[in-house]
Amino acid sequence: MELPIYLDNNATTPLDPRVLEAMLPYFTNKFGNAASRNHAFGWVAEEAVDYSREQVAKLIGCTEKEIIFTSGATEADNLGIKGVFEMYQDKGNHIITATTEHKAVLDTCKHLEKAGAKVTYLKVKEDGLIDLQELEAAMTDQTILVTIMYGNNEIGVVQPIKEISAIAHKHGALFMTDATQAVGKIPVDVNADGIDLMAFSAHKMYGPKGVGVLYVRRKNPRVKVTAQIDGGGHERGMRSGTLNVPGIVGLGKACELCRLEMDSEAKRLSGLRDKLESALSQMEESYVNGNVEHRLPHVANISFKYVEGEGLMMAMKDLAVSSGSACTSASLEPSYVLKSLGLSDDLAHSSIRFGLGRFTTEEEIDYAIENTKKAVNHLRDLSPLWEMFKEGIDLSKIEWAEH
Amino acid sequence: MAYSEKVMEHYTNPRNVGTLNKDSKSVGTGLVGAPECGDVMRLQIEVDENNVITDAKFKTFGCGSAIASSSLATEWLKGKTVDEALTIDNMDIVEELALPPVKIHCSVLAEDAIKSAINDYRVKNGLEPFELAKSHH
Ligand SMILES: Cc1ncc(COP(=O)(O)O)c(C=O)c1O
Ligand code: FES
Repeated sequence: MELPIYLDNNATTPLDPRVLEAMLPYFTNKFGNAASRNHAFGWVAEEAVDYSREQVAKLIGCTEKEIIFTSGATEADNLGIKGVFEMYQDKGNHIITATTEHKAVLDTCKHLEKAGAKVTYLKVKEDGLIDLQELEAAMTDQTILVTIMYGNNEIGVVQPIKEISAIAHKHGALFMTDATQAVGKIPVDVNADGIDLMAFSAHKMYGPKGVGVLYVRRKNPRVKVTAQIDGGGHERGMRSGTLNVPGIVGLGKACELCRLEMDSEAKRLSGLRDKLESALSQMEESYVNGNVEHRLPHVANISFKYVEGEGLMMAMKDLAVSSGSACTSASLEPSYVLKSLGLSDDLAHSSIRFGLGRFTTEEEIDYAIENTKKAVNHLRDLSPLWEMFKEGIDLSKIEWAEH
Repeated sequence: MAYSEKVMEHYTNPRNVGTLNKDSKSVGTGLVGAPECGDVMRLQIEVDENNVITDAKFKTFGCGSAIASSSLATEWLKGKTVDEALTIDNMDIVEELALPPVKIHCSVLAEDAIKSAINDYRVKNGLEPFELAKSHH
């Protein structure tokens, strides 16, 4: 076992060696531009892109023509939301999203508010799921788009996508989902789920960084988006720019591997995750964040009360994890996702996200459990709050210095 | 962000972790910060009849830099007179630990903790508390 152990697979995943192998020729002798129609170099590249489109389409149950390659999920979120807003402006200006979305969605919506959009940010319940009745109540005849993420990147909760899309459609709105954390991990089928637009990234599923997809439905209904990048008219005019052929080949291969291995992999990972989570939640004053039933198989988000996340991560120096603590960011605010669940600031500061992946072994999880327990105990020995808690002092009754 | 060696060293082997009897007249206790802000520091000093700090202990809930700052502060406090202790400036801590700008407030917290421990001691012994500069945390 090599140290440190990588348990931050929601931030990014390592490239699968099989993906790398598929990509390599497209950096060297198969270097052609997929848009070069008049010679063999171009044809080889185009063929590879077409094949990748097929592999992506198979994974999410769509047709090849519904896939627009982008530079990643951020660009796909931007293109989907801004593109729909501009294309359907005469139908309405109202967009519905949720407070726990990724910044790529939230900041895009904020941007559109300046351009005249009305945006509803749905609150989530304590378990991180949106309230379907609140969604229903927020729908108006001006609503053109509902965009709710599939699986959350911090806590892993999976939203009731079928029910959400049904509500959007009943009111004549399109449904978009940021499925960056879900595609390749759990079954995602654009038809069964009623998805009209969907964004995801290759590097969260053992593919390369810098390539992603916006799925845009072509039938029932035919959805159109206004291009956000103008130029040579690639991707049927919706996203200009020479295609990143090696990246796209890698994305296709990554999708194929995920499709073939998803069932067994999801079982294996949820088994390891449950082992980790149950061992750690047996510790005194530790709390699992988010719904534990409707969630991705590979994420656990746990708050260890009375220790601060960044300090804790320093003690877990053999583990690469992440924390919702403000001390890890330049701002003094802890994770907005955890705060949306109604977590108090101190619990948000105390949270650690463990993200398991394809290359995580049971031996690593056993090590992670011991390492984390030791770190938490060490930090609690240093914590004045832990001492007060142990003495039975009610921390909420103390008047803390303002600052 | 990578930590300086000195932060790592104090973090890994924190000096003077612990608790002094807060009810003793010779002990001053400073408790600063707030759980909601992600940092709480408790620093205690024990002062002898010559106004010399004979012992110092801390416990800190916070990031590695906050823990290292308080550990360093207790080290510096021991053997100093109360008046000398008052001159410890947060920028001395920043310099010694090579803290980056985003971590300066962790050192401010340590300075606040020292001052508030001294004031607690003074009040307990019938002296006027020093005017504390407003925390710029
Ligand atoms: C839910 C979600 N959406 C969007 C993104 C952005 O992906 P990318 O950085 O590949 O554009 C991420 C990755 O952090 C994510 O987790
Ligand atoms: S205590 Fe929060 S950054 Fe140091």
